[in-house]
Amino acid sequence: MTARISRRRFLGASAATAGSLVVGFHIPFAGVASAQPAARPEINAWVVVQPDDTVVIRIARSEMGQGTLTGLAQLVAEELDCDWAKVKTEYPTPGENLARNRVWGNYSTGGSRGIRDSHEYVRKGGATARVMLVQAAADDWKVPAAECAAANSVITHRPTGRTASFGKVSAAAAKLTPPANVPLKDPKDWKIAGKRLARLDTVDKTTGKQIYGMDLALPGMLNAAIRDCPVFGGKVKSVDAAVAMKRPGVRKVVRVGDSAVAVVADTWWHAKTALDALPIEWDYGPNADASSAKFAAVMKAGLDAPEAAVGNEVGNARTALAAAPRKIQAVYSYPHQNHATMEPMNATARWTPERCEVWTPTQNGEAALAATSEAAGLPLAKCDVYKLLLGGGFGRRGAVHDWVRQVVAIAKEIPGTPVKLLWTREEDMTHGMYHPVTQCKLTAGLDAEGNVTALHMRISGQSIVAALFPANIKDGKDPVVFQGLNAPGPEASIGYTIPNLLIDHAMRNPHVPPGFWRGVNLNQNTIYLECFIDEIAHATGQDPLALRRKLMSKSPKHLAVLNAVAERADWGKPAPAGVHRGLAQTMGFGSYVAACAEVSVSPSGTLKVHRIVAATDPGHAVNPQQIEAQIEGSFAYGLSAALYGECTVKDGRIEQTNFDTYRVMRMDEMPAVESIVMPSGGFWGGVGEPTIAVAAPAVLNAIFAATGKRIRDLPIKNQDLKKA
Amino acid sequence: MPSLNVNGKVLEFTAESDTPLLWVLREQLGLTGTKYGCGVAQCGACTVHIDGAPTRSCVVPASAVAATAKVVTIEGLSPDGSHPVQKAWVALDVPQCGFCQSGMIMAAAALLKSTPKPTDADIDSAMTNICRCGTYNRVRAAIKAAAGGNVKQAGLGIQHVDGSTS
Repeated sequence: MTARISRRRFLGASAATAGSLVVGFHIPFAGVASAQPAARPEINAWVVVQPDDTVVIRIARSEMGQGTLTGLAQLVAEELDCDWAKVKTEYPTPGENLARNRVWGNYSTGGSRGIRDSHEYVRKGGATARVMLVQAAADDWKVPAAECAAANSVITHRPTGRTASFGKVSAAAAKLTPPANVPLKDPKDWKIAGKRLARLDTVDKTTGKQIYGMDLALPGMLNAAIRDCPVFGGKVKSVDAAVAMKRPGVRKVVRVGDSAVAVVADTWWHAKTALDALPIEWDYGPNADASSAKFAAVMKAGLDAPEAAVGNEVGNARTALAAAPRKIQAVYSYPHQNHATMEPMNATARWTPERCEVWTPTQNGEAALAATSEAAGLPLAKCDVYKLLLGGGFGRRGAVHDWVRQVVAIAKEIPGTPVKLLWTREEDMTHGMYHPVTQCKLTAGLDAEGNVTALHMRISGQSIVAALFPANIKDGKDPVVFQGLNAPGPEASIGYTIPNLLIDHAMRNPHVPPGFWRGVNLNQNTIYLECFIDEIAHATGQDPLALRRKLMSKSPKHLAVLNAVAERADWGKPAPAGVHRGLAQTMGFGSYVAACAEVSVSPSGTLKVHRIVAATDPGHAVNPQQIEAQIEGSFAYGLSAALYGECTVKDGRIEQTNFDTYRVMRMDEMPAVESIVMPSGGFWGGVGEPTIAVAAPAVLNAIFAATGKRIRDLPIKNQDLKKA
Repeated sequence: MPSLNVNGKVLEFTAESDTPLLWVLREQLGLTGTKYGCGVAQCGACTVHIDGAPTRSCVVPASAVAATAKVVTIEGLSPDGSHPVQKAWVALDVPQCGFCQSGMIMAAAALLKSTPKPTDADIDSAMTNICRCGTYNRVRAAIKAAAGGNVKQAGLGIQHVDGSTS
């Protein structure tokens, strides 16, 4: 993405002496409102067409690698009928959105909602702009607009063949009254959307030119490093600031809230090393003795607690289970995990009594603005946030802007001076918003023929919503905790029809803060259900695919993706020697997904995931090659979680501090991934998250096929895979 | 004043001798294409070339780099993004968030210099950088495309604005 306003950045004095190091690059220093209208005719909020025919498409949602920026631009450009080669994008700031009565709608970029929640109004923005451009040309030619058509940024008067480029008529078009209710194209007629187009934001990521939050440099800027109390809920007791002040480059030691200390220095390295040397005495508070083991016992008790919130109920599962001639029961668990974005949390702020500005990678510019305003003690109208490209988001940079509050609090202590706060990896690992921890007891009732007559899934554990949006908890129920297990419907519905079904949740919240973690609750729920279905299949001598097909006859879309992977993976036919297969399917974030994993386990217990076949039905596919990239990435993220992902708590704090103790998948472990993108039309589903959820259960079921070992506690690294 | 030879230029800087090369590059020399990801040589986002060898600059004190050693960062890999690895990366739309990609590209360029036709095993052992978005398979495809000089062999069918497909 290119921001309009470029500034030459002058580096520090030492760099200037090196000469020739004045680097020019594009930084969003100011937003759309400062645009010069004459040179940048705004047809509507979404579309600017410059006299040189450059089409600038406004993007409200955040780009964090998932390709939403390109996808949204494709949707606008499709309806605009513009030349794709002339498209650029820009982010309007959240402050401008507020000032213009939220003309760009919601900025939140989570829940795989970037496209599925905004496709209609952005396409209308493009279509409306096209009609206005055509009208302006028709007015100029004094011909009926109905005789004119737009294609590839050129308007043609069909009877005469006269043409005008968008740039020629854009100033006139910008003055027209926008028409209402312009019809949208049928997706089958798409020429830009739906195509395997290259992303708009790739080149600068290959040359080092792309500026991330961490890279921002403002004139006169200082740098800050921060340490929050290692135990959640603890406080700073005392700090000997004088020790840090003696160190090179240090300008200030700042207490941030009651739990953190920051050092501000000329460079970040100076700030970081001074903070390392700084003696801080902590009051660890009420959670100083908390541990993963203690909380596991709390969750275990919840598995049999009499009170639980019901998420999905059909028939009477308790009665049917009591009457069932055969029962199968298993208990599963899922650990805390850190998002571990490649770019640690960071933001830059400049505070004065009149105004506060923040530059930060965020998944939700409006939430970042609200956090800025609160921390700054200034009204929203006196604040703004300039979004920078995210070095990974995965849910960490959306709901809670703890790092933004911190940087504003620091900048407030040094009025007028921009301060960049960058977390160390250690700070990032130990102060995350973690994947919620849960356990699940599943009990199935079977009749004499092995049919599933009843299923009770009791989930016990942490609620993200209770921690972050407590107002959304109604009668003790967190609706999001049942992702993938909901009654039939358009969102996160269970694909199995079971005559007596009870899915309930005993909420048990530890002191570790939870967050929306790519895939959210669909991750563990899909492991629980898909592995247990596999258990039932093996216990009753049924093929796992055949059992699923039997239970999914009323869920054709769920079944279609499962059938697609089974067919592509040659399910039921012999696998290569030593290779074993496992299946999983689910529905969430509006899309239907399935996967077949092929694994081998060596006699010594070493797991190798060879190949994944994965299918997605997202309704409409805006950019299939980017959907494939999301599917592949989902296996890297999902299998990292399955194999290694675990943040454990000891003495109230997270034990894992960096990638040496929080291992993630690397290239040598990445399986081949064959993606099947099979949009069936009629709905809009997300693609960034749903596939994560099938990664682990497909592999776990394949491990069972290979070893006879049923892994019920994640991550896999804690298990001995040697054949029983 | 200490100096480094970076991207073909001798540059003076001011920093304590134990300051890691990464932070001299980023904060003293303004070369922010090289990223901080872990600080303990685990993730590879800070990979640069020192006399051609891929090196994790977050754990190398700047004082340990001889003034004559040739340091190359992502900004100096080619003057205009035309290195075969960069071209393959663009052709196959490898980056997602892109944050790890400077390090990935530097590691890949060093691999291809020493091993022009790498096997999968060569790629696995040389490319130990972490990518959380999960671009690994496209990274592998792009290294092979750069080695083979054929961006179409990956079969991704990506349409570019210049009319090419790769």
